[in-house]
Amino acid sequence: MATTADTFQAHHDDHAHHDADHKPGFFARWFMSTNHKDIGTLYLIFAICAGIIGGAISGIMRMELAEPGIQYLQYWVELFGGEATMDTMGHQWNVFISAHGLIMVFFMVMPAMIGGFGNWFVPLMIGAPDMAFPRMNNISFWLTVAGFCSLLISNFMPGGTGNGAGTGWTVYAPLATSGSVGPAVDFAIFSLHLAGAASIMGAINFITTIFNMRAPGMTLHKMPLFVWSILVTAFLLLLALPVLAAAITMLITDRNFGTTFFDASGGGDPVLYQHLFWFFGHPEVYIMILPGFGMISQIVATFSRKPVFGYLGMAYAMVAIGVVGFIVWAHHMYTTGLDVNTKMYFTAATMVIAVPTGIKIFSWIATMWGGSIEFKSPMVWAIGMIFLFTVGGVTGVYLANGGIDDVVHDTYFVVAHFHYVLSMGAVFSLFAGFYYWFPKMSGKMHSELLAHLHFWGFFIGVNVIFFPQHFLGWQGMPRRYPDYAEAYEYWNGISSFGYEIMAGSMLFFFANLIYAFIAGKKAPDNYWGEGATTLEWSLSSPPPFHQFETLPVIEDHHNYHDHIGDKGSASAH
Amino acid sequence: MASQAIEYRNRRTAAIMALVAAGMLALGFAAVPLYRIFCQVTGFAGTTQRATAAQAATAAEMARSAGGREISIRFDANTAPDLAWKFKPLQVTDTVTIGQRDIAIFTARNLSDKPLTGNASFNVEPEQAGRYFNKIQCFCFTEQTLRPGQEVRMPVIYYIDPAALNDPNMDGVEQITLSYTFHKAVDQPS
Repeated sequence: MATTADTFQAHHDDHAHHDADHKPGFFARWFMSTNHKDIGTLYLIFAICAGIIGGAISGIMRMELAEPGIQYLQYWVELFGGEATMDTMGHQWNVFISAHGLIMVFFMVMPAMIGGFGNWFVPLMIGAPDMAFPRMNNISFWLTVAGFCSLLISNFMPGGTGNGAGTGWTVYAPLATSGSVGPAVDFAIFSLHLAGAASIMGAINFITTIFNMRAPGMTLHKMPLFVWSILVTAFLLLLALPVLAAAITMLITDRNFGTTFFDASGGGDPVLYQHLFWFFGHPEVYIMILPGFGMISQIVATFSRKPVFGYLGMAYAMVAIGVVGFIVWAHHMYTTGLDVNTKMYFTAATMVIAVPTGIKIFSWIATMWGGSIEFKSPMVWAIGMIFLFTVGGVTGVYLANGGIDDVVHDTYFVVAHFHYVLSMGAVFSLFAGFYYWFPKMSGKMHSELLAHLHFWGFFIGVNVIFFPQHFLGWQGMPRRYPDYAEAYEYWNGISSFGYEIMAGSMLFFFANLIYAFIAGKKAPDNYWGEGATTLEWSLSSPPPFHQFETLPVIEDHHNYHDHIGDKGSASAH
Repeated sequence: MASQAIEYRNRRTAAIMALVAAGMLALGFAAVPLYRIFCQVTGFAGTTQRATAAQAATAAEMARSAGGREISIRFDANTAPDLAWKFKPLQVTDTVTIGQRDIAIFTARNLSDKPLTGNASFNVEPEQAGRYFNKIQCFCFTEQTLRPGQEVRMPVIYYIDPAALNDPNMDGVEQITLSYTFHKAVDQPS
């Protein structure tokens, strides 16, 4: 990339921060916030809280699955106010898997990636003073919180067989319509409405900001790749989420107002719901990973001390992934009775996505090639992400085949696949981004030792959890059941043991947060050194409350060198 | 001042993007009729076709020149749990000449002591046969009302389009299952 930070340094000195750091009082600052950095911080705190809850639910699930038989579900049924029978325990299990999925997708990964890092760093990286619509930004955040509350409330409401919405994150009809009587599913659907509305507003905000508020000289082809990734993600949100909104609105009317959009008795078709859901659902998986791709690009370039390899190819690979992501949805529906030609199309179209994804993987490797690599904590998370995402990508190409998917559909093989791309691809990029930018956001350095311990524990832990699930899937263990045949005990036991390793490693993460705030050294402006060249590194850590009151001018990289001679070489290149 | 120009551009961009989102929302709802039309036109998901007597006569002509191949038809009848009817085919399987019209009889009896109205949903398996399965007359075209205890015979007049013989997707299909499910009609007093 040709964008440099040091151009702005010159301005920096000329203009003193007269009242740039004047902050409102506590309540006004955090509850009525219109500052993109504060809202980003709120999103990150929210995502960490939601992640703790979602992660704890997966702990409950791994605990139950550690051995065959049902050991703990009766306890959980009673805790949520039900009576433990075989049916309610099965329902409670469905509630756990649904809540885990919905929380992790809508209230952990999306708020952290887009709301957290997107809000924090898109304006900083393009040299804008704030987002285009700061108040809409605030509404987006609080709607997300309201949505999360609605989802939590649903757990205590009657949902048919027991308390809570036991529909899976996909909320398929007829299970979610005639199969789940009671308000729990309505609360869950309402939670999706709120989170969806928040995300659509966020998407409009990001698109407007990126199109209209770039600093002079920051052309689209000079934008950092993280900004590109958020731009593509925002378009995916804008095009995909309204379709989900339509589908779940029809679910609501089918449930409560006697319509039959998805009910065969009135001429509807439940398979139509699946088409609508996955028209949203497939772009949604790219929504969760593309900002991660953007962060990995920044981090790999920073710690290889090289500009990212094939910048334009990287940017347009993300655009291509976004476009093709809209025409592959039925590969989630191979077993609904598609004819062989339709399957052939969706198989081929799905595999095509491996091409732009491959461009990204190889370009990251080419960026590292010949670079002077430093294995700082963000870099080890980034390399871990590249490796593990590729493993998930390979099983993805595998599952794209209609014929193979018929065999392993709804088994643990699929669970292993999407956890490799999400709970390793997306979550590793989140941690990479977190360690990369945490000192910039907080002004305090974290401990590299704790971050590395966190990485190794997490890396080993998640692999021990999910790699054996490939074997379980091939042996035929279905998803979404609390119990299994004894033949599956061995690998399930190992998988649950992996959860303990992973959970243990999270202690290092929280210890690191505490350490940084209590004893962390003050972070300098650019603590990663000359590899970090984007605009946020030209600001103090944390950046002033209001930045770029005088817009930075992004000049052409080489002209700039000729212009200033040696002066800026200490802080960039 | 420049900031006013930016504000104007921001509002315009946001308005366009909001329209895009509203358009996608509308398309989401439009998917319902579009999907129905798509299924009716293409026979997707085993949706059967409707034909007139004239079309049936043409098909019979074509079939004679095609050499009178036969195919087995299986009839399947189901009743939704909330409709107190006994509904079954008179004959479970039948062999018909492709292109020749045939009649299948189902019987339905109201087991309750009050009049009940039902309507039937239908499809065929394998699903690729949907576009070749033509119904000229069917009890499923309208709602059916049975008095308490009444038993009726319900006919379906249908033929298999001889074009099926030229479709590679129909190779190896030796039996087509025609399935009906009677549901309680939505708008009736209970």
